[in-house]
Formats: sequence, structure tokens, C-alpha cells
Amino acid sequence: MQNTLISAAGSRGPLAVAEGLRELWAYRELLYFMIWRDLKVRYKQTALGALWAVIVPTMTMVVFTIFFGRLAKMPSDGIAYPVFSYSALLPWTYFSQALSNTGNCVVTNTDLITKVYFPRLILPLASVVSGLVDFLIASSVLLLLFVYYDIDLHWRMLLVLPLMLPVVCCAFGAGALLAIVNVRYRDIKYTIPFLIQMWLFLTPVIYPTSILPEKFRFIVALNPIAGIIEGIRGVLFLEKPVDWQMIGISSAISVTIMVAGCLYFLRSEKKFADII
Amino acid sequence: MLTSSDIAIRVDGVSKQYRLGELSASGSFREALAGLFSRRRRELRTLMALEDVSFEVPVGQAVGLIGRNGAGKSTLLKVMSRITAPTAGRILVNGRLSSLLEVGTGFHQDLTGRENIYLNGSILGMSKAEVDAKFEQIVEFAEIERFLDTPIKRYSSGMRLRLGFAVAAHLDHDVLLVDEVLAVGDASFQKKCLGAMDDLRRGQRTILFVSHNMAAVETLCSRAIWIDRGHLRMDGDAPAVIDAYLSSFGNLEGARHDLATIEERGGSGAIRFTGMEWLDAAGRPVDVVRTGDRLRVRLYYEATERVAEPHFGFEIHSQMGTLVAESSTWSTGLEIPRVEPGRGELELEFEALNLMPGRYRISLWISSIGGIDYDLLEHCSLMDVETSDVFPSGRGADQRFGLVHFPARWRIQAGR
Repeated sequence: MQNTLISAAGSRGPLAVAEGLRELWAYRELLYFMIWRDLKVRYKQTALGALWAVIVPTMTMVVFTIFFGRLAKMPSDGIAYPVFSYSALLPWTYFSQALSNTGNCVVTNTDLITKVYFPRLILPLASVVSGLVDFLIASSVLLLLFVYYDIDLHWRMLLVLPLMLPVVCCAFGAGALLAIVNVRYRDIKYTIPFLIQMWLFLTPVIYPTSILPEKFRFIVALNPIAGIIEGIRGVLFLEKPVDWQMIGISSAISVTIMVAGCLYFLRSEKKFADII
Repeated sequence: MLTSSDIAIRVDGVSKQYRLGELSASGSFREALAGLFSRRRRELRTLMALEDVSFEVPVGQAVGLIGRNGAGKSTLLKVMSRITAPTAGRILVNGRLSSLLEVGTGFHQDLTGRENIYLNGSILGMSKAEVDAKFEQIVEFAEIERFLDTPIKRYSSGMRLRLGFAVAAHLDHDVLLVDEVLAVGDASFQKKCLGAMDDLRRGQRTILFVSHNMAAVETLCSRAIWIDRGHLRMDGDAPAVIDAYLSSFGNLEGARHDLATIEERGGSGAIRFTGMEWLDAAGRPVDVVRTGDRLRVRLYYEATERVAEPHFGFEIHSQMGTLVAESSTWSTGLEIPRVEPGRGELELEFEALNLMPGRYRISLWISSIGGIDYDLLEHCSLMDVETSDVFPSGRGADQRFGLVHFPARWRIQAGR
């Protein structure tokens, strides 16, 4: 028989994490249903449905190509600007949407938080996972662009998929941290779009890292998304070198953000229902 | 002494303290920043919602949790459901627990009935296999076969309620915590829900049931626990505890009720009711009110500070706790721009007191539109409605024929 002990202190430290993971496993079906709900709801009442996953990055790419590629003559490391920007917009669109959804996930589920128990970590997890479906759908456009611009397709491209892992970690960790603050201060809801906009400019989506002076490039690696996006361009385009060191640093930072977000989230979740 | 395997729930010295600053939803970043720089720290008042509550529930027992609004019943349920953590003490639950603090938790407007059954079931802790196995029964109980693939935003509120309860009623867990879900819905559905709960009880499920409906508690539960201002006040056989609880509300005094000395009241106290008086249509005090009477209630209040746009409310509850009628300055559209410090009075006039003879309880409140409560007086006064010949046939004015008298006329058209 299943026993539950509810007490004031609860577990702390590594024990709390172990317990949190065990519970998450026990509630895995709920996680599945939350992801399923997110996807269902997102595509249900929209006329274009899943096409939106393609439209958003594609339109952004068109606008960027006109303004930055054509008019501002932004260098793009010798790659056609549409492909150059889309290859970064693909992970960036995922990241920005996942970060925004995760940052709001606790607040938008207030009714659940105050009425029923489940491991609260399910909410940010469902948010980052359901966004991956959009990512996969939008990837098809990248393939079309490769064919159109006659760029060689090769097996190394598949490395994009494992490279998305640190992006997911970073969105999860940073999103979870924002979600915790969001519970107490709704200001965060309005801060997130602004934060994402600033982050976009600090990330080589519009421009290549090569336009930055050499001595400032290490700063790029501190922004984990920047390092990964450069890495993704590296594995996609054979003429670009892959900077494994930068990928390593970015991944390590992403994982650190995830662990911090996860731990802080586990520590704060008990208070959600009281202050939300 | 019960052995541990016979115990379904053991609550051991549980306390829950809220910081009132935390409860306010107005917390913004600006305030926090302002707090950093102002030398006067925001004073943190605390509220003990529960204090040292202990009890045990053996497997298979149905226990009713009763008490006034804000006494701590819902907090206790929330702590037991793990929605919020206790400040002190511990609770041991043997077996799978599920809590029903609301019907249809997590329903999504855009999803169909079928999809919501699965979603709601999994939120309540059912596995997909369990929902699959009970799907037919759930649909049948909810009576929504035809609308199974319609988004629930097109459902009536009654259908949504039935669907929510249908899923909940098929929870097969060992311990169920139920909060007041029966307070909504029509009478036949309430009966169905009570029936479902009764089945669960017979099936060796342990049920903890919070309700203001004493009749439901008495039917369902053999035992009742009375929570009063965060403390466990009485624990025992349901009829005895319900009796003690109901008789704690005080008795009818003369025509003029003193409300200033009542200590059990909620709200900030910026305005308080100080008295209440029954008057007849001509403004003379009365001490007997009868079915169908034209009446006025004069309410006296005192404000300790200037209050903008307060709303005053008057509620009539039946003996068993059902809200029979309410009237407020908000619902009737009477705007009161402000109340200055000092005493004042206001009057509420009834065209006709359409209540069947019997005993009723009056509750009064003063609140702001924004949800700040200034004064909450729950069941602060008893009202005995005497019989009168309202119909007028000399018959029928009796509580056996309902709570409310509604002026109506029968006609028959024979031989058509």
C-alpha cells in the first residue's frame, strides 16, 4: 500500500531531488497528457493549425533577409542570407517560445496549482517538450531552403538534434527561474518579451559572430544560446568550422542553468499555492 | 487503540500559518523595490489558519468536516491534499489519496468532452488504463453521450458539472477528500452525487467531506469534526456535533439586535455593523415577522475611517445552511460613493417576505468591489418566520412545502 507522509520540513538537498524525480516518474502519464493538451489546444482553434510553426520563422526570415540581408548588407559568412538566418531562427524560435511558455507556465495553470497536487515540475517540462514539435515541423523549411540554394545535404546535419539538447536545458532552467518569480511578481509576465528581444540581439541570429572583434568573442560563449547557434551553423554548413570548445562551454552553462532552475523550483513549489 | 494498518489518515498536531502579506495578490515588483528603500518594513501580520489539529480516521469511515467560513476546513483539506505545506505537524495517509476541491479541475474549454475526461482523469491521478476501463460508465453517469465530441465551451454549465463529477465519482482511490462540490447543481444531480458518494463509502473508501450542508453531512457521515477558528472544537457522532454546531449561533433577541459586541467576525473592521432592527412598512419596530409581510430591515454601522465605495449585503440562510436569498447594494446597483468616519444607517425594504414559516439565519457583509472585506458577520442573527394566511386558504404555509413562498395562482380550463 502506498503511504504518504506530509510534514512541515519536507526533504532537502539531494534527497529532495531524488524524491522529486521519483514522483515525476510516477506522474509520467500526467506529463504526457499535459504535453498532449498543449499541442491539441495550440492547433485546434486556429485555421492554419500546425502551419503556424512554419509561418512564424519563415516570415521572420523573409523580413530579416529584406532588411538585414539586402538593405543593410549584413555579412553572412558566404552563405545565402535566407539560409544563414533561417538556420539560426529555427533554434531561436524554439528557444524564445519555450522560454516564454515556461516562464508563464505556473501562472497560467493557477487553477491546477490551487486545486490539485502533482509534481509542479511537470508544468515547465511539458512547456519545453511541446515546443519541440513545432521545431521539427519548422525544420522542413530548412531542408527546402537547402535544396533551393543547392547546398549539400550530409549526415553531419543530424548533429543539430543533439545540439538542441542544451537549448532545451537552457529554456527549461531559465524559464523555471522566471516562473518562480512570476508567481510572486506578475511584472515578470511583461518582462519576458522584452528579455527575449534583448537576448535576440545578443545572439548571432541576424549577424555572424565573425563580425565581432576577436577579443570579444568569448563573451558570445557565455550566452549559451549563441554558442549553440554557432555550433548548429557549423554542423549544417560544411565550409564553416565547428567550434567544439564553444559548444562545450555553452552546453555546460546550459546544464548549470537547468540544474539551478530545477533545484530552486523544487524548493519554491511548496509556496506556490499560498502566494499565487 | 487502532493499529496502524486500520488507520487511513493520521493528522498529528498540524498547524498552518499564513503571512497576510503573502495572501494579497497585489504584490508587485515595484512594491518590493519600494520596500527595499523604505526604512519602515512592511509589517507582516500572520494568521493561524490551523492550530495543533490532530485526529485519526479509520479505513472506511466517512467523516464530515464542519465549521464556519474561514474556520480552517478548506485549509486543512489543502494541507492534506499536499497543495500547501503545513507550518508544523505531520499527516500520514495510508493508500492512494485524491482530492476533489473543485469539479472539473483543469477542464479546457477548447477540448471535447472525450478529451477532457482523459485530461481531468489524469489530473486527478487516474492512469489512462483506468480511464479507458471506466470510460463508458463515466459517459453514462454524465449523460453527455451525444456531445462527447463537442468542445466543452459549448456545454451548459450543468453539463460541465455533470461531466466533472462523473470523472470524480469514478476515482477508485482509497482516500477521498471532498470539498463542497455538492453545493452546486440541481437537486436531482445533487441526489445522484450523494448516491455516488454513498456507494464509495460502502466500498470501504475513506471519505473526508467538507460541507455547509448539514443535511448532506448527516446523511453521508457517521462522524463529524467541527473546526472552529483553526482549532478542533468537537469530534464525535455526526448528529451530536451538528447539533452543537448549530446551537452555537446564538438566539433571537428582541426586535433590535446588537451586532457591535459580536466577536466572531471577519473583515478589516474599517466599517462594522453595530445593530439591526426589523421594522414594519410604517417604520415601527416589530418583533414577529410573518410569511408575506412587507418589512424593512434597518442596519446600523460605524466607520472608523473613510471608506470609498463600500457595498452592503444581506443574506438569508436556511437552518441547514443553504443560501435562500441575498440582496446587496452592489447587485441592486446602489452606489455609495464614500462613507465618512462615524455612525450611520441604511435600510433594506422587502416588498414581501416570501419565506415559509421556520427558522432562518441572517448573514451580513460589507465589502469593496475590489474584494476587500470590511465586515463579515456570518449567521449573526436568527429570524423566526411565523405562519400567516398568505394563500389565503388557511392551508399550505408550512416548511414542509418548501422554503420559499412564491405568489402564484392556479387556473383550470375544464372541458376543452
